[in-house]
Amino acid sequence: MADTASPPRTDVAHTDSPTSGSSTAGASTNPIELDRVVIRFAGDSGDGMQLTGDRFTESSALFGNDLSTLPDFPAEIRAPAGTLAGVSAFQVHISDHDILTPGDHPSVLVAMNPAALRANVKDVAPAGTIIVNSDSFDERALAKAGYAANPLEDGSLKDFTLYEIPMTSITLEAVKPSGTKPRDAERSKNLFALGVISWMYTRPVEATIAWIEAKFAKNDMVKMANVLAFKAGYNFGETAELFESNYIVKPAALDPGRYTNVSGNTALAWGLIAAGQLAKLPIFLGSYPITPASDILHELSKHKNFGVRTVQAEDEIAGVGAALGASYGGALGVTTTSGPGVDLKTETIGLAVNLELPLLIIDIQRGGPSTGLPTKTEQADLLQAMFGRHGEAPVPIVAPQTPGDCFHAAIEAARIAVKYRTPVFLLSDGYLANGAEPWKIPDVDALPDISVPFATEPNHVRGDGGEEFWPYLRDATTLARPWAVPGTPGLEHRIGGLEKADGAGTVSYDPTNHEKMVHLRVAKVAGIARDIPLVEVDDPDGDSELLVLGWGSTYGAIAAGLRRVRLQGHHVAHVHVRHLNPFPANLGDVLVRYPKVLVPEMNLGQLCKLVRAEFLVDAKGLNKMSGQPFRAGEIERAVLDALAGS
Amino acid sequence: MTDVAVPVTTKKDWTSDQEIRWCPGCGDYSILTAVQMLMPELGARREDTVFISGIGCSSRFPYYMDTYGVHSIHGRAPALATGLAVSRPDLHVWVITGDGDALSIGGNHLLHALRRNVDITILLFNNQIYGLTKGQYSPTSETGKVTKSTPFGSLDHPYNPVSLALGAEASFVARTHDMDRKHMMATFKRAYEHKGASLVEIYQNCNVFNDGAFEAILTKDNRPRMLIPLVHGEPIRFGVEGEKGVVVTADGARIVEVADVGEGALAVHDEARPDPSVAFALSRLADGPTSPTPIGVFRAVERADYGSLVNSQVLRASDQKGPGDLDALLASGATWTVG
Ligand code: SF4
Repeated sequence: MADTASPPRTDVAHTDSPTSGSSTAGASTNPIELDRVVIRFAGDSGDGMQLTGDRFTESSALFGNDLSTLPDFPAEIRAPAGTLAGVSAFQVHISDHDILTPGDHPSVLVAMNPAALRANVKDVAPAGTIIVNSDSFDERALAKAGYAANPLEDGSLKDFTLYEIPMTSITLEAVKPSGTKPRDAERSKNLFALGVISWMYTRPVEATIAWIEAKFAKNDMVKMANVLAFKAGYNFGETAELFESNYIVKPAALDPGRYTNVSGNTALAWGLIAAGQLAKLPIFLGSYPITPASDILHELSKHKNFGVRTVQAEDEIAGVGAALGASYGGALGVTTTSGPGVDLKTETIGLAVNLELPLLIIDIQRGGPSTGLPTKTEQADLLQAMFGRHGEAPVPIVAPQTPGDCFHAAIEAARIAVKYRTPVFLLSDGYLANGAEPWKIPDVDALPDISVPFATEPNHVRGDGGEEFWPYLRDATTLARPWAVPGTPGLEHRIGGLEKADGAGTVSYDPTNHEKMVHLRVAKVAGIARDIPLVEVDDPDGDSELLVLGWGSTYGAIAAGLRRVRLQGHHVAHVHVRHLNPFPANLGDVLVRYPKVLVPEMNLGQLCKLVRAEFLVDAKGLNKMSGQPFRAGEIERAVLDALAGS
Repeated sequence: MTDVAVPVTTKKDWTSDQEIRWCPGCGDYSILTAVQMLMPELGARREDTVFISGIGCSSRFPYYMDTYGVHSIHGRAPALATGLAVSRPDLHVWVITGDGDALSIGGNHLLHALRRNVDITILLFNNQIYGLTKGQYSPTSETGKVTKSTPFGSLDHPYNPVSLALGAEASFVARTHDMDRKHMMATFKRAYEHKGASLVEIYQNCNVFNDGAFEAILTKDNRPRMLIPLVHGEPIRFGVEGEKGVVVTADGARIVEVADVGEGALAVHDEARPDPSVAFALSRLADGPTSPTPIGVFRAVERADYGSLVNSQVLRASDQKGPGDLDALLASGATWTVG
């Protein structure tokens, strides 16, 4: 047993190495091997399901599984208890091989109350396992969840394997030694559930106990209660003889390297810190709290020793304004937000286009319009990033495709911003932001140097032979203007939102000059296409009739869906664009090679519209606007339909 | 001065080659001259000086100074200035704004720049009208003002910019006017030397759209009766013969005949008083520039400026944790090795 359960990974940074001892895997018989499992923890938003899911994820990452997560929680901090609206869920997919999505259908659902069961049971895979807290299925709770009859008794769950565990009462009994009052003690039941699942999937326990002890270090009583509840859950699994067996999902054979588990927002914040180092510029973040972007502000605020300055501004406009002011002074100005914030920042982004200064606008997209669905994901800000300003105001756009990729995308966005002196949009979304995956830690020394020099000398000779500085005299290759920061003697100059004279940069209302400047700004951004990688076409057979074109967070679902289609013998190609403005230079050539182009997006066809307009290809959209990411199965079906349509 | 580090400049050094586009006779000219004349006196360096403005007639100001400058967007100058001042404490950042720019569209940013005490010098040109858009009433226009957008008279109650700034606990608040260069220069100098956010309201005549708005208090004849000079440590007195004064009681400030109350009863101006309520009471003496109005420095108190606080946190973090190590950051969570 010890050899199946003991992970091959070494070099675990935590002191609580999961490799310690045979007690880590508890079943008395050999656990059954699975290649993957999808588990969904669901409960009331006050039940601690996100914490439970996070911890299970972390221990699975340390154990060596590949994984992907999908947290899904209500916008309200405490939605009405016991109602469907208040259900909070966390899905995690763990496997012994490389996976791309959090899974379409959970094979195991843990439901802490009737509402959690009702809201999630429709997603459970056929013949899946459902574990419920049977204590919570009283008449009132059933009524609140809208059940006319008790689903545990009316046979409606007969197609599933149902485990009824009185989690509340066992937890209350188990935590008695800690001396907590029953009301508080009851709150440990999520850790009981974590214990049960940890046993079921032979997760190491020591690491989790150490984590509980660290997390609740400030309150001895709560700490003890939580440890007791967790252990009780684990022991329940082992001794209750309820379960026939437990399972093991072996470590995945990932690329060699050192790994950590990151969420998109953490990776993005780290990418910004790295970008500051690589650009040799201090990072200045001007930001206003907004879901689902606030975690980047939180993370950056922790790392001031990297010279990072964070200002929580009075509003979204001030956040981007302060960032632009800092860029003017020679910092790398960054603002983080979501759609409603982008609306407000729009005028300042236009100013940055005119000032031609570096600026990063990080948009963690969420469901819109207006306040929309703050905690749900969507990709519907693409056209806003592309066109959402008055006048001709082009802004480059970069989109990460996985949580870990947010790190590299942040560096790429910063590279473009400083080299071309332009605002750049980074379009992440709620799914990437909160989702997590094992991430191979990059070799820091191999990251690109993205630094650029500031202007230090006059660059123009006047008619009288004297030297002067022209702030809009461009670099012939990049068309970027010089970045002359205040404090540099001899380069004093004035810039602003009014149209500039080409070169001299003084205010100009001259019609031909304006026309020229409009074209120069557009040409500068278009020229970035020469400086970004060509799209890679994933077309293993080279003779596909259908190309699936995606961008951003749909990467995992598309790639997983196409794997299934290919397993069925079909030939399909996949292109995932990272640069949405400008497009990679070969995108048009690639698209016209395929008779059929399918563009899955979590919007009503925004990339689709762009490629149709740009390349005159008859691309078709596959659109999803439910606030949930695509499932691989949805992609699979749509691709099969599209192929059959020929 | 023997200190060679202080640059010797003249007004001409601070004057850019841009043609000035204000209407002839506009009060903005005298403010510009006052600033350009003051700069050599301050020993300031052109390269370390930045003027940031919003939108409006006054916001063209940066173009005319031969320094670094940004003519930004409507109301947002304090936001840009905050980012610049925080990340570049070595610079001196001025904000040039007007009554519409600072108090209407940009009201929020002004309040927060003052509250945070960002180290910037704000010159608020108050002409009580929208000039650039050709004459609509502004948030400082008197109620009942007839303009193109208010043919039946405006209904809005006006802001008193000094009261507003004091309400936001600004650490430096002063008022001056465009008819008195000496007073402007002295007031701007105090504002420049103040560490933290300083706000100077300048009564500025828009001779095209609101001519004479300040006539009742600012003509040479009217000034002695209508301007109440605030001088730190001195009893607050005014009038042709100094016959009037100000007393401050729990009910607020009021104007009295010195003969009635005796000189000893007059309030002695204390600009450094930590609590802003007396300064606020003084700011309420006049409803608008039609009755006796205090000018000078209302409040000048020491309070840590925002940029210094931000930067000392950055330094402290480096001291405590050591300079940032990217490798260590990326491996700061639980890690494992494959292969
Ligand atoms: S409109 Fe008024 S404020 Fe504007 S420049 Fe003319 S006189 Fe001056």
